[in-house]
Amino acid sequence: MESVLINFLGLAAIACTLWWFWLAPKQQKSQAAEASETLEILVKDGVYEPEWVRVAAGKETLLHFRREDTSPCAEWVLFPDLEVSAQLAVDKVTQVKIPAADAGEYPFHCQMQMYRGTLVAE
Amino acid sequence: MSQRAASPQTFRLQGVSCAGCVKKIESALNEVAGVEEARVNLGDKTLLVHGPVNAQACIRAVESAGYGAEVAQASARELREQQREEEHRHYRHLLWRAGIALGLGVPLMVWGLITGEMGVHSSVQQFAWGTVGLVTLGVLMFCGGHFFSGAWRALLHHSATMDTLVALGTGTAWLFSMLVVLLPQLLPESARHVYFEASAMIIGLINLGQALEVRARGKTSAAVEKLLELQDTSARVIRSGKEVDIPIAQVQVGDRLRVRPGEKIPVDGRVVDGESLVDESMLTGEPVPVSKAAGDALSAGTLNKNGSLVLSAEKVGAETRLSQIIEMVKNAQSSRVPIARLADTISAIFVPTVMVIAVAAALIWYNFGPDPKVAHMLVVLTSVLIIACPCALGLATPMSVMVGVGKGAENGVLVRNGKALQQATDLDTLVVDKTGTLTEGAPKLTDIESEGDEDELLQRLANLESHSEHPLAEAIVTAAKAKNLPLGEVNNFEAITAHGVRGDVDGKTILLGNRKLIQREGIETGPWPEKAEALAAQGRTAMYAAVDGAMAGVIAVADPVRHDAQAAVKRLQELGLRIEMLTGDNKATAEAVARQLGIEHVHADLLPEDKETIVADLQKGGARVGMAGDGINDAPALARADVGFAMGAGTDVAIESADVTLMRSSLHGVADAVELSRATLRNIKQNLFGAFIYNTLGIPIAAGVLYPITGMLLSPVIAGAAMAFSSVTVVSNANRLRLFRPSQDSAKSNGGDA
Repeated sequence: MESVLINFLGLAAIACTLWWFWLAPKQQKSQAAEASETLEILVKDGVYEPEWVRVAAGKETLLHFRREDTSPCAEWVLFPDLEVSAQLAVDKVTQVKIPAADAGEYPFHCQMQMYRGTLVAE
Repeated sequence: MSQRAASPQTFRLQGVSCAGCVKKIESALNEVAGVEEARVNLGDKTLLVHGPVNAQACIRAVESAGYGAEVAQASARELREQQREEEHRHYRHLLWRAGIALGLGVPLMVWGLITGEMGVHSSVQQFAWGTVGLVTLGVLMFCGGHFFSGAWRALLHHSATMDTLVALGTGTAWLFSMLVVLLPQLLPESARHVYFEASAMIIGLINLGQALEVRARGKTSAAVEKLLELQDTSARVIRSGKEVDIPIAQVQVGDRLRVRPGEKIPVDGRVVDGESLVDESMLTGEPVPVSKAAGDALSAGTLNKNGSLVLSAEKVGAETRLSQIIEMVKNAQSSRVPIARLADTISAIFVPTVMVIAVAAALIWYNFGPDPKVAHMLVVLTSVLIIACPCALGLATPMSVMVGVGKGAENGVLVRNGKALQQATDLDTLVVDKTGTLTEGAPKLTDIESEGDEDELLQRLANLESHSEHPLAEAIVTAAKAKNLPLGEVNNFEAITAHGVRGDVDGKTILLGNRKLIQREGIETGPWPEKAEALAAQGRTAMYAAVDGAMAGVIAVADPVRHDAQAAVKRLQELGLRIEMLTGDNKATAEAVARQLGIEHVHADLLPEDKETIVADLQKGGARVGMAGDGINDAPALARADVGFAMGAGTDVAIESADVTLMRSSLHGVADAVELSRATLRNIKQNLFGAFIYNTLGIPIAAGVLYPITGMLLSPVIAGAAMAFSSVTVVSNANRLRLFRPSQDSAKSNGGDA
């Protein structure tokens, strides 16, 4: 009985992990926050919040990142497809200039790809 | 951002483009209560407001005038200092957390090693370990609470991070141990072992690892800090005949500034008064101070050595060359190298994969492992989760790029991005523009042979050429001036296209040009063509001179080979590069220079667009081509090449467009760049190898593959230590790059004394 329970729990943990991290529907781009002068992207506890940010396609935009996580993980934000990166100061707003981009989705992340977000140009 | 301040406030402006805008904004500000003086700096688009005034009121006034404004952030230098302070604070916090956690974990571990009593087999032990468990919980919350809150927040976002692994690993060890304490009867006798010491030790070691990492990372940005330190904080401006010290941010374009001996040049500008030697080595790498007098350009950050200078500010704030360099270095430092793609791909799927592996390995141990199965299952689960953190993998490339790019800046090699840095490592061909790169770029008179007095002929020719705009003419005029030969009047001057020039000097008709000119005029050449050809064979441009219809002599002008070019070419060849020369000059001259330098492949008589074609042809043939040129007329070829090296320009255009900008004119800079890129890529590979090995070997070992050989499982504490120190190892290895020195001291080869 104990053996069945442990194996069941283990397999359930594997299934839950696969489902939660890869299969479960994530926040959709329709819920993306509009980039504006007042929108601050909080860098804290392993996530960008909001993690989906909408900007106007074909227009240069300023994003405002507030880093509250002092761990080295959160130090840089990279937009690889746009060749943009910035070092984020702790407990301060760092402005990151995003060049005019074609419509599409542009992932951004920390240098270890643990913090992850998506820029939606529309 | 509402504030009242008596000290001046600085705002960044948007949409300001002309003097009209300045007037509108200043007028709008003067209406605001409390404003004593409002001054717009058009150069760096800032507004300085004196007086006890509300910042928001100023912003509203600017907006009412039709522009945008925001309170200016601190300068880059101040920001960097703030960041350093923050890093120090963070470092101390991490050390405290590590100390407290290890303060509990180490005695517990020692107790276990000495007595072997880490089990719960009686109610006394239950009480004692229960107390320890609560203390451990306190330590986990205080020293490792951020891992748990981070993991939870990330989990809610369907994301898994390093925090997830640490929280799962230590949390599992603690929960299992508390289960043993509270309900020991649920577990077999052999599995009633507590792992509180593992939880505390792992949290302590990871905090310690992060502290060491923070300290080591601080060193990687040393290069940018050095550049930031070159920026002066104040300037001595001359206003209304008085000299006043003002903050650098308030200097405006057109201001006259006094720079005394021993002071740094505060902004980019031009000397209007005074003479001095200026040490530009911090910016260009050139060791010999340069003489500066009225009209000469000065760059911010360079050092005025011995004279007092008055300069007119031309570029201030972010527009200065130094600021652009700092910005470029910072951008390049944070760029990715193509080799990082593999690590990126793995990092992206790593944590959830590891979680699945950990559970699967634990189940295998539970079902097929030896007794005590439950204890083994827990050890494997915890160890795999802890050891697998991909921090080292994520740090492997950015740390090396950061140090490598910074090291380049220290050596006068500005790398545009990580991609260029990587591509420079496997170049096999370097095409080099001759003029200004292999040669000085300024023709000089090398020979003069005449029927009579040489100085008399030179004086007449210099008189004539003083009316010509041809580059060769300048060499003749300069040579005459060097001999203090006076220049007189010229009458009937005529430039004969593709032939030469003619004019009357001292009542005599002088002709100077090529052989076609002499033949066209029907002048007997005598033995002079042989002499001219001998000079041409040496790579010099020979010209025929005639006075009143008779040959008077031959003079030769040449662009001298740079004194360090031969050594630089040899060094590049030793690095495995095949050198090919490109020039618009004639074949004989080009080949003479090539012979002198030991270059076998020469492309002469080229138009600018031909250079690009040659680079493209070489690439079609499978060559990986670097192109070294002066960054302006070679632009198409520089862009076409796999890596373009803009030589000695340091101009805004070159910094913007070239893959690599060399702050000095020496070809040694290209060799430095190639050596640096190879050293950096080697360092990246070492880091990636270490990180991959760590994760690919670490996970199976933690999962217990060595158990049949060693009879032991990897302790979660050892896994925690290994994980913590893997990042430190990678960062420390990247910092080794700071010891990089070019194989040849280019300063010495430049003739310097450094």
